[in-house]
Amino acid sequence: MQQSEFLNVVMPFKDKLYRLAKRLLVSKEEAEDATQEILLKLWSKKKSMETYKNVEAFAMTMTKNFCLDRLKSKQAGNLKLVHSNYQEKGSQLQTQLEAKDSVSWVEKIMQDLPEQQKMVLQLRDIEEYTNDEIAAMLDMQPTAVRVALSRARKTVREKLVQKHNYGIG
Amino acid sequence: MELDKIEKLVEKYFEASTTIAEEETLKEYFSQDAVAKHLEQYAPMFQYFSGAKDERFTKQLKLENSISKTTKSKFNFKWLSVAAVALLTIGIYFGNDYRLQAEEERIATEFAYQETKKALNLLAENFNKGTEKVAYLNHFEQTKQKIYNE
Repeated sequence: MQQSEFLNVVMPFKDKLYRLAKRLLVSKEEAEDATQEILLKLWSKKKSMETYKNVEAFAMTMTKNFCLDRLKSKQAGNLKLVHSNYQEKGSQLQTQLEAKDSVSWVEKIMQDLPEQQKMVLQLRDIEEYTNDEIAAMLDMQPTAVRVALSRARKTVREKLVQKHNYGIG
Repeated sequence: MELDKIEKLVEKYFEASTTIAEEETLKEYFSQDAVAKHLEQYAPMFQYFSGAKDERFTKQLKLENSISKTTKSKFNFKWLSVAAVALLTIGIYFGNDYRLQAEEERIATEFAYQETKKALNLLAENFNKGTEKVAYLNHFEQTKQKIYNE
């Protein structure tokens, strides 16, 4: 497989990989590094890539595993403080949404969700994959995906309503 | 869009039983300004979800680096085998030389050993001649004793 061919395959979903990585790792730089790493891994596997049924789903699963490993090693390496101190500045999205404060609340609320719910919500509501696709990517039962999705949505709603009522939002 | 339909969809949405298309409808409804007062609290959710999709991976992909890296390592392996073969040839060549030299040396020592053995044999022979002569002397002694005793 040539490089241009590879890029054609990868281009449509590289942003999705990046967004999933960012959702899990929070920091922009780390998400970029993770995405880069995953694309390079894919490139090194380019010979077997044609045999995969769905490269996109495969890459998504890779991203999920990679980021979860990262998070785990980070916890073991006691780097968590650095991580939670991270404050994002100057991201396109952030500046765009600065006026709508309550919208960025949703992002903060999502940060507090358990990893699995985070991923399910990300893949479903932002990337708009079907539940079956998500189940395959995350190696879950389709019913479990639905339950996690419902829970995640309800948690976000609950916290959002709280903020709304306190007038913080 | 009728309000009660949206309400139903929102309800279904939180039970996670909406389809992708229905969620699309919801996102569309909440992205416009005329959202019903009692549904307003959900608006940030849908607005965030539609907005978050615009984030892009902007970092430049460096595939070239990785390519040269892999070919480089292959390159090294090739030269490693060449070096190994060269070393082996030199080893066999000089090793053979060394073996021949050792053989020659062995023959020389063997020859020297044989020569020494010959010389020692000669010596031993002459010694034996000596003892024969001494035997005559013995004979002479005996006769002398006989003469004295008589």
